[in-house]
Amino acid sequence: MAAKGKDPQAPSLDPQAQSESTAALLRELVAHLRQNRTQLREEWARRITRAQLLTAMTEEEIFAEATSVYDNYVEALETGTFEALQAYARNLSERIIPRGVETHEVVGIVLLLRDVLARSLFGKYHEDFDKLNRILDAYEPAANRVANTVAVGFVQERERIIRQQQEAIRELSTPVLQVRERLLILPIIGVIDPQRARQLTEQLLRAIRTNRAKVVVIDITGVAAMDSNVANHLVQTVEASRLLGATVIVTGLSPEIAQTLVTIGVDLSEMATVGDLQGGIEEAERLLGYKVVPLEEPVPKA
Amino acid sequence: MEVPILKQGLYLIASIQSALTDADLSALREALIERVGKYRARGVIVDVTALDVMDSFAVRTLRDIAHMARLRGAETVIVGIQPEVAFAMVQLGLTLKGVSTALDLEEGLAFLDRQGRERLDRVQGRGTRGGTTRG
Repeated sequence: MAAKGKDPQAPSLDPQAQSESTAALLRELVAHLRQNRTQLREEWARRITRAQLLTAMTEEEIFAEATSVYDNYVEALETGTFEALQAYARNLSERIIPRGVETHEVVGIVLLLRDVLARSLFGKYHEDFDKLNRILDAYEPAANRVANTVAVGFVQERERIIRQQQEAIRELSTPVLQVRERLLILPIIGVIDPQRARQLTEQLLRAIRTNRAKVVVIDITGVAAMDSNVANHLVQTVEASRLLGATVIVTGLSPEIAQTLVTIGVDLSEMATVGDLQGGIEEAERLLGYKVVPLEEPVPKA
Repeated sequence: MEVPILKQGLYLIASIQSALTDADLSALREALIERVGKYRARGVIVDVTALDVMDSFAVRTLRDIAHMARLRGAETVIVGIQPEVAFAMVQLGLTLKGVSTALDLEEGLAFLDRQGRERLDRVQGRGTRGGTTRG
């Protein structure tokens, strides 16, 4: 591309000079914010309390956080790098999310700080309107980026926690338990969506293999409602288990579910169903050749 | 590639070691059906542990083997279907209806032994006990 060997950046002299003056203005701005640190910080904390933000925290905590946010804020303005601020925002979010701080509060306090600082700049430069304009030109984009960084950091942290919890719930919600040699039970509780049904089946198939299970009892007492999709998933689970050589017994179909399934015409004739979990386990034991007898019963002599 | 067919007592064991072409599958079917008569086998075990995909042709061939072998007097068990393969099969609606399945070779042999005993029991007019996974 650069065939002529001429610097294509040549006409950028003007913007460069402009960015230099922006840098100078930012330096001046930062010096001002450093000078008035105590006063501005207090003003900000006061405004936060007055706006009834961060109600989950005590005043001392708000002041302490306000101080460190303020310092990080000024530093981000000065250096133009946001990594430190990002890390701080993540760290802050990690601490305050468990205490019930909401997104609007975090966005609110950052915007408040922006407002407090802007007012202070108005106060300082109100006599030199032209300079005020230039200062604001330098300040606004940087301040917006800072506000953006903090808010995004908070939301990201929140989403990360939600994802983590969702995963934990999903893991918890499908325990495959071995009750006897070669007999597994899979109690399903809650709502079955396609994703969960898929995960459930995969987990069950893996468990059948590792435990060398011969019979599986799937208990759906805890499933409130079932539609044709869920029923089809269940049929698929039963079929896939059979391919691995395991017999599946489904237990705990509630009267409502039984009525729905027959009404919407789902064919469950391929499926072995038993009324409740106890019956299912008894049937499974029979299939496996177990017989449970009470201890005190005298053993008949052969 | 050819699938080795081993004779083990009354049973024939075909252990598939790698992915097969359609022609290989057909050859396996023919060889198995022929040998059921030759060795007077009472059971056939097809071990698919090494397969990590099964298409509709493979599934149909396995089903055909089972039905044909039954006509020739031998019960067939498919053993070693991987969990992922089983899941993919049911999603595609390939479910090996009417064919017995077992977890692995050991289970397959135990299943055939039990079947043989039950057949004997029936002949001798005794009661039978459940426990198969015939679909």
